[in-house]
Amino acid sequence: MKCIVCMTHVPDTASIIKIGADGKHIDETGIKWIVSPYDEYALEEALKLADEGKADEVTVVTYGPQRAEAGLRECLARGAHKAVHIVGGEKTLGDSLAIAKVLAAALKDREYDVILVGVKGVGTDNSQVGQMLAELLDLPHVSNVVKIDWNDGAVAVEREVEGGHEVVESPLPAVLTAQKGLNEPRYAALKGIMAAKRKPVEKIELSALGLDEDTLAGADATYNVRSLELPPEKAAGTIIQGEDDPQAAAAELVKLLHEEAKAF
Amino acid sequence: MVQLHDLDLYHIDALLTDEERMIRDTVRQWAADRVLPHIEEWAWNEHFPIELVPEMAKLGLLGANYPDYDLPGLGGVGYGLINQELERADSGLRSFVSVQSALVMYPILQWGSKEQKDRWIPRLGHGEAIGCFGLTEPDFGSNPGAMRTTAVQDGQEWVLNGEKAWITNGSIADIAVVWARTPGGVRGFLVERGTPGFTAVDHHGKYSLRASVTSQLVFEDCRIPADAILPGTTGLKNPLMCLTQARYGIAWGALGSAMATFSAARDYAVSRIQFGGRPIAAHQLQQEKLVWMYSEIVKGQLLVLQLGRMKDAGTMTHQAVSLAKRNNVWVARECAKLAREIHGAAGIVNEYPIMRHLMNIETVYTYEGTHDIHTLILGQYLTGIPAFDPPHPAE
Repeated sequence: MKCIVCMTHVPDTASIIKIGADGKHIDETGIKWIVSPYDEYALEEALKLADEGKADEVTVVTYGPQRAEAGLRECLARGAHKAVHIVGGEKTLGDSLAIAKVLAAALKDREYDVILVGVKGVGTDNSQVGQMLAELLDLPHVSNVVKIDWNDGAVAVEREVEGGHEVVESPLPAVLTAQKGLNEPRYAALKGIMAAKRKPVEKIELSALGLDEDTLAGADATYNVRSLELPPEKAAGTIIQGEDDPQAAAAELVKLLHEEAKAF
Repeated sequence: MVQLHDLDLYHIDALLTDEERMIRDTVRQWAADRVLPHIEEWAWNEHFPIELVPEMAKLGLLGANYPDYDLPGLGGVGYGLINQELERADSGLRSFVSVQSALVMYPILQWGSKEQKDRWIPRLGHGEAIGCFGLTEPDFGSNPGAMRTTAVQDGQEWVLNGEKAWITNGSIADIAVVWARTPGGVRGFLVERGTPGFTAVDHHGKYSLRASVTSQLVFEDCRIPADAILPGTTGLKNPLMCLTQARYGIAWGALGSAMATFSAARDYAVSRIQFGGRPIAAHQLQQEKLVWMYSEIVKGQLLVLQLGRMKDAGTMTHQAVSLAKRNNVWVARECAKLAREIHGAAGIVNEYPIMRHLMNIETVYTYEGTHDIHTLILGQYLTGIPAFDPPHPAE
């Protein structure tokens, strides 16, 4: 089998986010960039197939600026065989359809049995690229995947739905979007890190795909950021002293939850 | 929580290669996931997490800087960063890796026979065997040249007699690299666990490196085969070369300890409210402590980075290593004390990592060449006079 894994390079989830001067982007100064955690689940699934001898090629694909190569190298360090870097994406950040179009254009003539994508890119959290990519490539897709049984030319997949799990069968090739719980991503071994720099990263310009970032972000844009703002600071909590009279404290808590927090 | 890497005033990150950053971040993440949640309990219970050895091996932490036998072949800085990140978690864990890599695998690779390397390097690298290094004795630490342990040849065997003390990994080791006096000078020997006449007994009651095994090795007419000698060893300079390798890792590791106590102190200072609803970080006395710690950590990082580049270029001298070990361990020791002060009473309980690091660093300050001996090594470098064993006046 040949696996494609789509990766997006996102700010570390522990980053302290500040709004940039234009009010439409985050300030990237000092931000540490990481492989989006959901894409780590997607990659791990492909690497497990390779470990079991079921996959002979794992290719990681990203559409992102130059710095995203570090994310590809990390995937290569964990064991992916090769990487494809479509350079760009700063103007189309958050535009799921634009991103899906670029990925579809890069993947349409490639050979693969499955495309694994994180259920969402941490940060923008739109949860749309995988499904859109499947539509553009005319492939079946299953989203929110937490378990995959690989059969000959098909998969039986467990997906998370409200209140339970749904089991779906799909022929391959298909697009599967990986949800937390699918697996436990591995650490890159030091040997893998040293080997990663010798693995190939194919660089593709958008023009080579017949696309143009200004058009994607302009005339064809389906997503425009008007402004970004930080959530309001949380007010300080209220501590109810209850050591002397726990019953009165509990009554006070119920009263506050009802009247002030309007929790019920 | 603000991490030290968010406070990179000197853009030290930019001095690292992509691989080096990835190595650092991987080991840091592993230690945060696998070590930090349990380390206080392990240290409290005097438990060395031997169950983590297979994971450490899988990551490639054992013998990471050697290219032979399919080992990762990291450069000096990458290897240093592993030590930094392990010691950020605990000095005991870093000590384990230092001993395995620099004091056991290194001498076997340098002076071992092909058979010895084939037998031990893959097993040590895969964590299937643990090693220890026996040089220090109960009566001789700073002056190993006066060692009492002897090895004499008897037919097709060597017979070892003597004692080694303060040996990291001693009682859990499958293989001991033991240095002994022979008629032809100090030589290295490989002694396997279970060899009759060889026993290892743990030092108990340690307040320091509690998550690490420290033992005494005793040899009583211990007979080992003729081919148990490390054939390339010729004298005391061999174990001293091992120590240079280990001290290099310690110079990096100590910074990890300093980073841990600094980060904890910084977080505590900005969150601990005392006078007038202000955090204690608003007081100049506390700021001065934080600034001292931070400045010394930044200087220490630049020191070991240059040392690492020199190591890769083959220009690193043992005196340069002494300077870095001496400086950075001292910095870590001072940082631990300052962090304890900033934490106030909270600094003495294991809800915070401070006291553990503070106690650990006391060992690090003394082992692998005491602070004072490194001072005298540098004094000799500057003056030509070996003050640890000064020339006697003409008699």
